[in-house]
Parts: sequence; C-alpha cells; structure tokens
Amino acid sequence: MRGLANSVQIALGAFGLGLAIGIAGAWGKLYGSPVVRDLMEIYTTVVRAVPELVLILLLYYAGTDLINRALDSFGYAPVDISGLAAGIGVLGIVQGAYATEVIRGAILAIPQGQIEAARAYGMPPGKMLRRITLPAMLPFAIPGLANLWLIATKDTALLAVVGFNELTQETRQAGATTKAYFTFFVAAGVLYLLLTLFSNVIIGRIERWARRGMPPVAESGR
Amino acid sequence: MSAAAPATTTPATRSEWLQPHRIVLIAIAAALVLSAILFMRWDWLPNYYDLALLGIWRTIWILVVTVVLGFMLAVPLGLAQAAGPFWLAWPAKAFCTVIRGTPLLLQLWLLYYGLGSLFPHFPWIRQSELWPILRQAWPYAVVALTLSYAAYEGEVMRGAFAGVPRGQLEAARAFGMSPWKRFRRIWLPQAIHRALPTLAGETVLQLKATPLVATITVIDIYAVASRVRQDTFIVYEPLLLLALIYLIITGILVFAFRKLEARIPARLG
Repeated sequence: MRGLANSVQIALGAFGLGLAIGIAGAWGKLYGSPVVRDLMEIYTTVVRAVPELVLILLLYYAGTDLINRALDSFGYAPVDISGLAAGIGVLGIVQGAYATEVIRGAILAIPQGQIEAARAYGMPPGKMLRRITLPAMLPFAIPGLANLWLIATKDTALLAVVGFNELTQETRQAGATTKAYFTFFVAAGVLYLLLTLFSNVIIGRIERWARRGMPPVAESGR
Repeated sequence: MSAAAPATTTPATRSEWLQPHRIVLIAIAAALVLSAILFMRWDWLPNYYDLALLGIWRTIWILVVTVVLGFMLAVPLGLAQAAGPFWLAWPAKAFCTVIRGTPLLLQLWLLYYGLGSLFPHFPWIRQSELWPILRQAWPYAVVALTLSYAAYEGEVMRGAFAGVPRGQLEAARAFGMSPWKRFRRIWLPQAIHRALPTLAGETVLQLKATPLVATITVIDIYAVASRVRQDTFIVYEPLLLLALIYLIITGILVFAFRKLEARIPARLG
C-alpha cells in the first residue's frame, strides 16, 4: 500500500511538472524565437524517440551526478537526492515532451479569432495566456492529457528498474519473500486497474466541466 | 488563415534549413558530438561489438515478431468490439481495458515471475516437450509484448473499423460479395488505411517498450548496455550510445511507415 501511495505521488508530481513544461514548451514552440523553437523541437523529438527506460536511467544517474557536481563546484556539500524527487523530475521531463505536443495542438485548435480579439483588446501576453488561451484550449487538450496521465501512472512502474520503492517494486519484493509471485502481481495489477478506472471517472467529470457551453460531440476522447 | 497566421507558423516560403541560428546550433551539436568522441571513453566498444550487434538484432526481432503477432490478434479484437455480438465484444473490451490499465512491466513480471514460478509445480508441464522453451525468458517477453500491442492496437482497430463509411460496406454487399470477401477486400484495407498513422505511433511505442524485456534476462541491446555498465563502471557512454541507437531505429521506423502511407492512394474523406 505504501508502494501505491508512492506511485500516485510520483505520477501526480510528474504530471504536474510535465504540464508546466508542456505549457511553457508549447508557448515556446508557437510564439518563441527561431532558436527557442528549434531547441524545443529537438527536446520533444529526442525524448519521444528514446525509450522511457533509457531516459530514466540516463537522467537518473546523469541528473543526480550533474547536480551534485554543480553543487560541488559552487562549494556546497553534495546532497543526496531522494528517489521521489528524482523520479518526479525524470518522469516530469518525459511527460513534458508529450504534453508540449498535446498542448501545442490544442492551442492551434483554438479559433484564431479569439486570440486576435484578445490581442485587439490590448491584453498583455500573460493575461491572454491565463484568460483566453488556456481555458479555450482545455477542451481540446483534455483527451490527450488524460492519456498522458494514464501513461504517467503506468510509467511509475519503470522506476522499479532504478530501485525505487513504488508499487511494482514493492510487489516484487513481497513476492520474493513469500514466493507467491502470482498472487502479488495479480493484486498489484488490480490496484493499477482500479487507479485507471477511477481516473477515467474523474477525467470524464473534468471533461464535461471543460466542455461546458460547447456543442456535445458524438465520441469524446477514448 | 488570416494575417496573424505567420506569427504562429513558420513561413514556409523561406529556405527552411540554412538560417543563421541553425548553423550555430548544428555547430554546437557537432562540437558536442566531437567532444563526446574525444573526451569520453570508448575503448570498451571493440570488446562488446559482437554482443551489441546481437542485442540490436534481438531488439529488432522482438519488435517485428510482437508487432506482427499483435496486429494479427488486434484485428479480431477490434472487429469483435466494433461489430461483434455482445458475448464477443464484452470480453474483447475487458481484455483491452485490463491490459491498457496496467503497466507493461507488471504484466511482464506477472508472466515471468508469476506464471514462471507456477509452472514447475505441475509435473505434466515439466515432462512435456514445451518445457525447454518455457524455461527460457524470451517466450514470456514475446507473449507479454504481443498481448500489450494487441490490446492497444485492438482499440485503434475498433475505431478504424467503425470509421469505415457504411455505404462502402453496403455497396460491397450489393455487389453480392460474400461476408469474408467483403471483409478482406473492403473493410480491412480501409480500416488499416485509417489506422496506419496511429499504427506507426504504436509501433514506435512498442520499440520503446522492448528494453523492458531486459529486466527478465533477455539480452537485447538495452541489456548489453547495462552489462557494459556493470562490467566496466562506465555509466554515460553506453547509455548515450543506446539512446542514439534507439533514435536511429525510430527514425527508420517512421521513415518506413511514411513510405507505406505514401504508397496508398489517399482519396478518402
């Protein structure tokens, strides 16, 4: 059960971080300077082409090592980065790349006139983002983001490989001590499944809220 | 698009590639690659050359086998959900939900550690001719990856089957085609055509799922990289090379699917 809590915690953190990166990334890709745009392109392409597992290993080892080296060179004592923080950071970066693409597509789906109208009112970019772009793109982004959230919950299982005690790893340890692998893995599977189904209900609610005032669609999301 | 469009999209008229900042970026990238080659340790490479080739081959082998098998499973799954009676549609739907709702790593470990630890308790399995195969790891890897691909792809195929215009099928029936012929000639090709872009994405995802089999002792390219890490205590170089290899395979996959898509005359709505 502690494993499940850890898993959910990481998934939430990673999704939040990914969302933040995604919004910033989409903004950079759409409105940034050519250099920013190219850098973002490289980021999303590379992250989406390399397996999560490899990225997790690379970022997990390299990231903690780099931070410690940086701290060292600035004269601080090296910190021991907790598995939780590292897991959130790594998965957040992975999620960020996908979220960037989802949000970029959603922003492009907003009728151009709405953004022009906001500009015509003389809104500063920050206010425009907050008041117009984000609320208007939400209905388009929710199905994609919902998929991302489900992927995030399942990606937490990958952190088992770097030895972090989330649900899958705990299950394996429990199975190893009791020799009842099958029972424990089935139980863990049920837990993940419940998490997914529960999320689906919540997502349905959010989607209905985000689409309020819009014409209903025949088949929304998957 | 109106006058504000150029602010959001790159102007396609200008030469795309040779902008000044791109040259700078390429130079920085080249410098990074050069410094990686010069300053990092690559002396382990010759020792593991054969193993790495074997690993790449095995990764691709697993990818191809599971994609082909998974797709063959996905077609009936999608069909059952799109058009089957409820006693076919319901199990197919449940299967897709369960597989898509649990992490692949868990499924893999469930099969390998769970089932694998149950099998030896049954003497008739131990004595059967399948036992030498069941003792190895790769059947579990192939089964788990196939099931996962089938579930994801089954969902895609469901949408694709449902998306084929009714009129096409009715026209086929009006021509007096038998149900099987109708399926083979009209329904399946159009559904595949619709699903092809998603199929490409799913296949790339499947490629990215293959390193998981290394956790159940199948030696793929990822396992080779971690072996190098354990043997020589060199952390970054094998991982970077690994990332590069996956990038290249992804590139090839995307290119191949794009070629495939271009071959199909696209005049559907």
